[in-house]
Amino acid sequence: MAWPVAGVVLQVFVVVAGAPVLIALMRQVRARLEGRVGAGLSQPWRDLRKQLAKEPMAPDGSTVLFTTAPVVVLSSALLIAATAPFVSTTSPLDGMADLYAVVALLLVGSTALALAGLDTGSAFGGMGSSRTLTVAALAEPTLLVAGFALSVRVGSSNLASLVEHAQRAPSTIFSPATLLAAVALWIVVVAETGRLPVDNPATHLELTMIHEATILEYAGRDLAVVELGSAIRLVILLGLWGNLFLPWGVATTSTPGLLALGAIVFAAKVAVLGSVLAASEVLMAKWRLFRVPELLAGSFLFGVLAVSSSFFLA
Amino acid sequence: MTLVGAGLLLVSCAAGLALLMAMAPSARTRGFVSGALTCLVGLGGVLAGSAALLGSTWSATATHLLPLSQGELTVDRLSGLFVFLVGAVALATGVYSMGYPQAPRHVEGMVQPAHGTTSRTAQAALPLFAAAMVLVPTAGNVTTFLVLWELMALVSLALVLTEHRSRPEVGQAGIWYAAMTHAGLVAILLALVILSTEAGSESFAEIRDTAPALSSGTQSLVFVLSFVGFGSKAGLVPLHVWLPRAHPEAPSYVSALMSAAMVNLGLYGVLRVGFDLLGGGPRWWWLLVLGVGALSALYGVLQAMAATDLKRLLAYSTTENLGLIFVGVGAAGTFAATGQRTLAGLLMLAAVLHTVNHAAFKTLLFMGAGAVLRSTHLRDLDAMGGLARRMPFTTAFVGIGALAASGLPPGNGFVSEWLLLQGLIHSLPVSGTPDVAVAIVMPLAVGAVALTAGLGVATFVKAFGVGFLARPRSAEAAAAAEVPGTMRVGMAAAAVACGLLALAPLAPVRALESVLGVMPSIGDRRPVQGAVELRLSGITGSMSPLLIALGLAGGAVLATVVVRGLGSGRPRRTALVWGCGGTRLSPRMQYTATAYAEPLTRVFDDVLRPEHDVDVTHYQESRYLVESVRYRQRVSDRLETRLYPPLLAAANRWGQMARRLQDGSVHRYLAYGLVGLLLVLMALGVTA
Repeated sequence: MAWPVAGVVLQVFVVVAGAPVLIALMRQVRARLEGRVGAGLSQPWRDLRKQLAKEPMAPDGSTVLFTTAPVVVLSSALLIAATAPFVSTTSPLDGMADLYAVVALLLVGSTALALAGLDTGSAFGGMGSSRTLTVAALAEPTLLVAGFALSVRVGSSNLASLVEHAQRAPSTIFSPATLLAAVALWIVVVAETGRLPVDNPATHLELTMIHEATILEYAGRDLAVVELGSAIRLVILLGLWGNLFLPWGVATTSTPGLLALGAIVFAAKVAVLGSVLAASEVLMAKWRLFRVPELLAGSFLFGVLAVSSSFFLA
Repeated sequence: MTLVGAGLLLVSCAAGLALLMAMAPSARTRGFVSGALTCLVGLGGVLAGSAALLGSTWSATATHLLPLSQGELTVDRLSGLFVFLVGAVALATGVYSMGYPQAPRHVEGMVQPAHGTTSRTAQAALPLFAAAMVLVPTAGNVTTFLVLWELMALVSLALVLTEHRSRPEVGQAGIWYAAMTHAGLVAILLALVILSTEAGSESFAEIRDTAPALSSGTQSLVFVLSFVGFGSKAGLVPLHVWLPRAHPEAPSYVSALMSAAMVNLGLYGVLRVGFDLLGGGPRWWWLLVLGVGALSALYGVLQAMAATDLKRLLAYSTTENLGLIFVGVGAAGTFAATGQRTLAGLLMLAAVLHTVNHAAFKTLLFMGAGAVLRSTHLRDLDAMGGLARRMPFTTAFVGIGALAASGLPPGNGFVSEWLLLQGLIHSLPVSGTPDVAVAIVMPLAVGAVALTAGLGVATFVKAFGVGFLARPRSAEAAAAAEVPGTMRVGMAAAAVACGLLALAPLAPVRALESVLGVMPSIGDRRPVQGAVELRLSGITGSMSPLLIALGLAGGAVLATVVVRGLGSGRPRRTALVWGCGGTRLSPRMQYTATAYAEPLTRVFDDVLRPEHDVDVTHYQESRYLVESVRYRQRVSDRLETRLYPPLLAAANRWGQMARRLQDGSVHRYLAYGLVGLLLVLMALGVTA
């Protein structure tokens, strides 16, 4: 019993400690590809330390929701980090949230920020909030249908079962259903984490930004919490994608050696996926907001095809 | 006499007292007594319903009560569920209604609330309406059912018309409601009359025994007709048009009763006729139900997403949620028809649990909308804002309701939507014979449910965020004040119900599982096991709403403590919103509900077809200088504007043609009488 609990603690630690490093890595990859030196791998941690020391501010007329939203984002992300099978599949918390509950928890975080954006009373906050939820609402069908495709072959939507099944039967990973679901979910990961071409994480031009507009009014420790929460969400989504479609290395029994190996493999997977995402961002520009639905509709089609192919080609 | 009988007696007595109460001279006393009697009706319903859910049955006949028939009441577990549900909603709305009508005294120079809510008719009709709804599911034969159904329709019509003198829209809404509810009644009447004629008896108990022997054509005709009739009561597309008209115009406690209790009786009718009396039926019935449900869910949520009138938004959300419920019912029927009882049980459980959840949060939300309406005289979200500081209790309650309605954890809507999704995704077996219809329908159903859930989140973030947060957008909103204690107690009761359903769903699930036994094609089973975690039986899947809520709370505490510990600990300062380095942003620059929904409205342009109006006024001196720009967007219900005018025009033409029959000539009228008599005699001669 002690080691599965240690696995949960290790997993949360790896996710939280690694999240800012992943952000730094992705910026670094981008910088190098664009011919810049880059700020190094510890810059986001230094940013967080600086923000923690600064004075937090709340806009005039805002309510308690504005100040609690960052905490909700962080706590929903921490909850997923503790329950989902990132390092090991033997978490004692595994039964409390399946794939659909994890998706809903991610949406809880986005919703909290969207409400906070409206609560500022600024036009930018409302704009960002409205756009965040537009993208989230349209991504939802793809997420759930692709999840459906994955759970058909296992007969369960439990995340640990999905990962263990894929480890036991690696051939299923190369089935058309899984590949289609992988494409669909990758598009959703890009949309949900606010990366190019859906949203530009580096922009500060008010009229084009989504995530940055929503959190425009945050400062000090509130901003630090939002930034950390968003970074953890990125790790979670990349990590889920990685473990669902490249399940190797996840510990299925809780021994110290396997847990350590699991942590290292997980970090490596997320680092590689993050680098790929960052490298792909160098090659494309942000799309108009009203072209994003086409992208998401396409990903939904992939999801439906994944389900029907899992059925007809099984 | 059992507890069920005692409860129903209490209901009837309270309804009778309501008629006496109308003679009281003081409007305030009447309002208080009317609310109290509604509470009594609710209490009776809750007692009778919970006793029936726990398994006690009860029946009574009154031989001479109805002409050509007899009054017959029979209560089983299925009736018990709906009696309980209506009772619980009536209990909360009864308390709430006591405080609703009085004008807020501390606001000067505002429009007094419409006189209608203090009229004798409206006050007497409220307990009567609740009582009629409690009694509908207890009807044991066709005539009793139809009489109670019509009583419910007429009394609710009187309540919808409460404020007809102060606003002309109310009259329009009343006409739509009356027409639609009676069109539905015609369909139900036909269905039940055909059923009882063919089955040779009008008692439900006897129909249940003889109905399986009927030809499949008759059965299907009865089912489709009753689905049309009950579907119109449940607000399913395309018969939903009365809902977004009647709900906003009725007083808010009536809206709560209609939207949280009455629409559920449409579901009761479909379950009673389809699963109980006809015993399940073929698969295509339920695929039809599923399709209509999915369309209703999507159309309802799209209209709700685009709506700016808070109560209209809630009315469309009712169509959405009933749509989700019918998706569950349809899928359950589909699997029951092919003998997959585990899945059918799970899906039916999800549907009835969502019915209970919807009743809880919709009561709460309509009461919240009523509280806002009473304080600000506003229904338009675009003019609200900043209510969180002025009406903190109402805001907290509406927040709980909105969380539940958006289907997010830790709200109660999430639990039933999760169960529904679990049922749908396990519809494709890991191995087994492929079934093409299921393989095509179920993924699309999951997509529809997911899109509904996603848009539902956007809808309720809009409603709550624009309506209650940030700064007020109008003088009325700025002058809002908290509502009186009774209204808060009513809302608190509904909020506590939402909380219990969200954190401890297993207790209601245990009670609801027993309802499945009433439906022979599903049978008595327990689709969900576990104590803290909901574990599906026969299917691998589990989720724990309680642990998720605790985890979220624990994570929040941990994050706060750690950040406080690491941070500088400087207090939070209130500052002006960033105005791009220049002007101070005025509240008018905030995002409005229309603006908030604009991207999604544009994405779903093909369905919603919003009408835009841009008026540009120039200065007289120069056409190049703009004095003001007015922008107006209106999203009308396209189904209503496209589907109904031709129907109404046709009805009008028939009416005009019928006028030729009546030209004032006495001779012609006498001839009609003679021809009619001859025809009847000939018909008798041929058939006898």
